[in-house]
Amino acid sequence: MTHHTTRRSFLKGAAAAGAMLVVGTDPRGAFAAGPATAEINPFVRIAPDGTVHVVIKHFEMGQGTTTGLSTLVAEELDADWETLTVDFAPGDSSRYANLFFGSQGTGGSTAIANSFMQYRQAGAAAREVLVQAAAESWGVSPAEITIVKGRLLHGGKSAHFGEMIAKAATLTPSEKPAVKEPSAFRLIGVDGLPRKDSASKTDGSALFAIDVKLPGMVTAVILRAPRFGARLTGFDATEAAGISGYLDAKALPNGAGVAVYGGSTWAAIRAREAITAEWDFSAAENRSTQELIAYHQGLLDQPAYQVREGGDFSQTGQALAAADRVIEADLIFPHLAHAPMEPLNCVIEPTEAGVRFHDGCQFPGITQPVIAQVLGLPVEAVEVTTVYAGGSFGRRATPSADYQTEAASAFDLMGRQTPVKLVWTREDDIRGGYYRPMAAHRAKIGIKDGKISGWDHRIAVKSILKGTPFESVLVHGGVDEVSVEGIKDTHYAIPALAVGLTDAETEVTALWWRAVGHTHTAYAFETLMDMAAEAAGADPVAFRRALLAGGSADQQRLLGVLDLAAKKAGWGGSDKSMGVALHKSFNSYVAQIAEVSVQEGGAIKIERVTCAVDCGVAVNPDVIRAQMEGGIGFGLGAVMRNRITLTEGKVDQSNFPDYEPLRITDMPVIDVHIVPSTAAPTGVGEPGTPPAGPALANAIYAATGKRVTRLPMTESGITFV
Amino acid sequence: MAINLKVNGQTHSVEAPPDTPLLWVLRDDLDMTGTKFGCGVASCGACTVHVDGIAMRSCVTALEDVAGAEVTTIEGVSGPAAQAVQKAWRALDVVQCGYCQSGQIMSAVTLLAETPNPTNADIDAAMAGNACRCATYQRIRAAIHHAAGILEG
Repeated sequence: MTHHTTRRSFLKGAAAAGAMLVVGTDPRGAFAAGPATAEINPFVRIAPDGTVHVVIKHFEMGQGTTTGLSTLVAEELDADWETLTVDFAPGDSSRYANLFFGSQGTGGSTAIANSFMQYRQAGAAAREVLVQAAAESWGVSPAEITIVKGRLLHGGKSAHFGEMIAKAATLTPSEKPAVKEPSAFRLIGVDGLPRKDSASKTDGSALFAIDVKLPGMVTAVILRAPRFGARLTGFDATEAAGISGYLDAKALPNGAGVAVYGGSTWAAIRAREAITAEWDFSAAENRSTQELIAYHQGLLDQPAYQVREGGDFSQTGQALAAADRVIEADLIFPHLAHAPMEPLNCVIEPTEAGVRFHDGCQFPGITQPVIAQVLGLPVEAVEVTTVYAGGSFGRRATPSADYQTEAASAFDLMGRQTPVKLVWTREDDIRGGYYRPMAAHRAKIGIKDGKISGWDHRIAVKSILKGTPFESVLVHGGVDEVSVEGIKDTHYAIPALAVGLTDAETEVTALWWRAVGHTHTAYAFETLMDMAAEAAGADPVAFRRALLAGGSADQQRLLGVLDLAAKKAGWGGSDKSMGVALHKSFNSYVAQIAEVSVQEGGAIKIERVTCAVDCGVAVNPDVIRAQMEGGIGFGLGAVMRNRITLTEGKVDQSNFPDYEPLRITDMPVIDVHIVPSTAAPTGVGEPGTPPAGPALANAIYAATGKRVTRLPMTESGITFV
Repeated sequence: MAINLKVNGQTHSVEAPPDTPLLWVLRDDLDMTGTKFGCGVASCGACTVHVDGIAMRSCVTALEDVAGAEVTTIEGVSGPAAQAVQKAWRALDVVQCGYCQSGQIMSAVTLLAETPNPTNADIDAAMAGNACRCATYQRIRAAIHHAAGILEG
């Protein structure tokens, strides 16, 4: 699975990484480049046959990062796209940090945004030394050498990169190698560049962590508490002894469950079914969903925080008192599971110095220090070999490294000599917490003279970031920014807007879920905006346009996508039932117009979603379209019918039959339009999701007159075909 | 007790309880990991294989029930329909995370074998049991049409 790199030649100079001499700290790491491959810099390696290997510091969960980062290098290096190979970087925050985080990790739709110049400079640095080497070999001026599809050319002379790596190894690139002018781009922004992961993902050969098999490896599943916050007090594995392949069962040291070991996955799963456990529920979440909803709504009366500078509830109250009309609405958002197709899993094995993980690892920069602490090892003794991840949607990025910690504990309990594969089943996943937290919103909107005159908005939701390493960065004055993002920082010019927040307290674990706070704030704000437009007697698009007339850059870009989506959808020019939503998230601007029809028995069919996105420079337009298509589908499926509910603390759902994912039969036509831009690239993995729900809700209102304020929609009496 | 299992034309002697799901035999005993575990209850289609040419969910198919049958997995699927589907999947860059795509492809191949020129309704009916959390469905539809075009020549 891994290749020993027996000899490497290292080239000085990595402009993008601070001009360091790269030292091979990971002789059995993720690189599969083979012997004598030259590491030009941390991001570019060149094999003796001239093949360019791009080292990918982000994990690939489907968002296209292997293709995106490779494009940046290939552009500057004029590499041959067809033969270019991708290697995942080892866990090493000193070289592979997300420049926005300061440690290695993927999230917040930042992969291209933080890497755009870094990977281009890495490609440009490689180009510089290869061209210089060729110039010296041929006795010509570097300026006269061109590169076409990975071949260095001058007059009749031609060489592939591999022929120049020995000489290039002796050269040092300049501190900041010149990158191309955008007008010279031949890959960035070009359609039809095939994904780098298509071939292996269509013949079964793509390696995911669940596919990793090591000599002597055992499989562990965890018997977890049936309620969040419960503690194990005892267990009985007598009945498991008869299960073929059962090996052992041991209590986890933190009281969270029992590790059940098998010689195969099926043996471990079967054995777990035969084990009974006892739990202490005194500190557990024992409430039911209805009680939790009432609790969240009760928190709206007296917000703990007033989060908007200049906002003031008493002033807003005066504005509402003076309004012609006040709209009021309560919205409820359920807990949501991420349910990535590949259930959580990872493999941990012993090394001479410590351990190595094989993991679709989203946050090596967290996994390494957390596991070092769990196992009492130095951080550098925890290696991470990243493989493909079968989706994440946020779930593989826990600040506590939850599943890697389980694997480390299971490995420790087996004596630290046996490789252990930890596997979650789908039931574990659906019932396992780390949900998009439940949220309650309440709004009062004053309408006066056909305009909004005041807006009182209150949110109750469990904080995702408090108590995590992200607290110091993203919690300000007690306010978890992701609880209120998308409303607190709205670019609509709304007079007397006051936003309140109260943290809900529950043992149900909370986590970011594709688009984080925007998953509820966009739905609330954009459906309320439609209610306000209706109360004002205005067209929903025109009403939004009027609130974006201030001329700021954000407003102009929001107007740009709104107008483009409206034009492409034929807004206002047909009798079709349409709904619009507009939202900025992760520094990208997205407008969507959903079109629905009402079928027999009143069931809703989602016919089409027209999407306009402004994400700055569109590095890979087709990947952006794919992310919008997928992000919209993800958002639609959730608002249509997904919810995690509790009965006396126990999760009611268990698997796809009762946590039904979006199916092909639900999928509308999705039509994506990208706004041409020269601005720095911004996120695309998440921004497609937030507007999908409210666009659908507004279209359903247009078709049926029903406002859906309680999600999922099926809980509000909406049926779909 | 060993059970003989024929996968992709090769016969293997498998030492496993007869009620072991074919999925885990393929993955854990035979190291054919292209067939994926998604739900274990025949609800997502990630584990789809062909048994005597018919698409089956291997997670709920017992080993003893396929003894003597011809099992085909993503690693061994071949023929004009399979080639057309894989080519179409690549031409349209259908995949995102890719985890469900072995199953999607196995289902699409049997669809095209039975219905060479499917409508969108045919595609939706045949593919409804294959979940994709990345929601690549629009491209799956398009790729199946594309593959049908390749097969037509």
